[in-house]
Amino acid sequence: MHPRKLVVIVAESALEKALTRELLALGAHGYTVSDVRGRGAHGEREAAWAADRNVRIEVVCEDEVAQRIALHVKERYAEHYALVVYVIDVGVLRGEKF
Amino acid sequence: MDPVVLFFLLGVAARLARSDLRLPESMYEGLSILLLLAIGLKGGVELARQPFLELLPQMLGVILLGLLLPLIAYLVVRFLGRLNRFDSASLAAHYGSVSVVTFAVALAHLVDRRIPHEEYAAVFVVLLEIPGIVVGILLAKLGTTHGVRWGALAHDVFLGRSIVLLAGGLAIGWIAGPQALEPHGRLFFDLFKGVLALFMLEMGLVAAARLGDVRQRAGFLILFGTLVPMTFAVIGALCGLAVGLSPGGTMLLATLAASASYIAAPAAIRIAVPEANPSLSLAAALGVTFPFNVLAGVPLYLWLSNTIHDLAG
Repeated sequence: MHPRKLVVIVAESALEKALTRELLALGAHGYTVSDVRGRGAHGEREAAWAADRNVRIEVVCEDEVAQRIALHVKERYAEHYALVVYVIDVGVLRGEKF
Repeated sequence: MDPVVLFFLLGVAARLARSDLRLPESMYEGLSILLLLAIGLKGGVELARQPFLELLPQMLGVILLGLLLPLIAYLVVRFLGRLNRFDSASLAAHYGSVSVVTFAVALAHLVDRRIPHEEYAAVFVVLLEIPGIVVGILLAKLGTTHGVRWGALAHDVFLGRSIVLLAGGLAIGWIAGPQALEPHGRLFFDLFKGVLALFMLEMGLVAAARLGDVRQRAGFLILFGTLVPMTFAVIGALCGLAVGLSPGGTMLLATLAASASYIAAPAAIRIAVPEANPSLSLAAALGVTFPFNVLAGVPLYLWLSNTIHDLAG
């Protein structure tokens, strides 16, 4: 297994388009997006309609890229948007993919 | 009371009683696509019967209305409500833009009562949806160096789902004409009220979910969320009279002026004006103004339009 980082961003779905574009620019090779709902500091997000949705964006990448992504998201979006970012150590089968 | 309004109240009651009732998200999406297309197609079919050039002055009048309303909303919130520039601009964008579902309820109200109206009025929805959002964003950005990515924003606003479906429906209706569309009428026109009723059930659930946010600033939100629509309805009705609409068409324009966007505007403002508090605008548009318009506004605006036409002779 090759050690990599899994960056998970849970954010308002309004950010999906911008975030996914920026992730690729920051060196990610790909990402996975799912629709999710939940509750946090900005209240409950029930995914009942357009402005009430959250997405979870997952990226597997090198440590350096993970740092870059986390920093970028923090600087650019953390002040005004509902979002959570965390990074997990993972092992991948095919290291050349990430 | 209109059945669609009762469906709305059922949704509100279910939410307040903490029922587990939820419409599947894909159903909500499907219903909204059907509603938007139906409104567009109906308008397009009627548009084909109109001499297009004669409608141009009307369209220009409606666009001017769309530019004027957000400016008024901004001044009211900024100087009477004393909110910061970003929240004022966000509210201006929401109230400058329109709610298609409110329009659909007003349309159903007229059809039920067999009141004649300009059936191409869906064009007004398309014309009014965008200017409010653009003016709102410009107001938020006045004098700041913080940039807006106008290209990406224009893409999102002009190619947003509601504009594509409404304008697309208008175009299909216009090009195909009434006879070619007749076989499609069962889905798009006959089922319209049933689809609207289901959608209103969902709207009840969604609107009632905003009541918690409304409670936090109840005084301001309830005053703003009811007085501004009523004032805007008067301006919209006067505009309708000025551009030569029938009393029914005037009522539709008044309702559009009074309505507040809760889909296109929130999406655009969230990206372009991140400093604005989204729960404030949504609480006003969805928690106060939408229920107010559906329950009291629509009949009121019909009365208003008839009165204005009577007074004008």
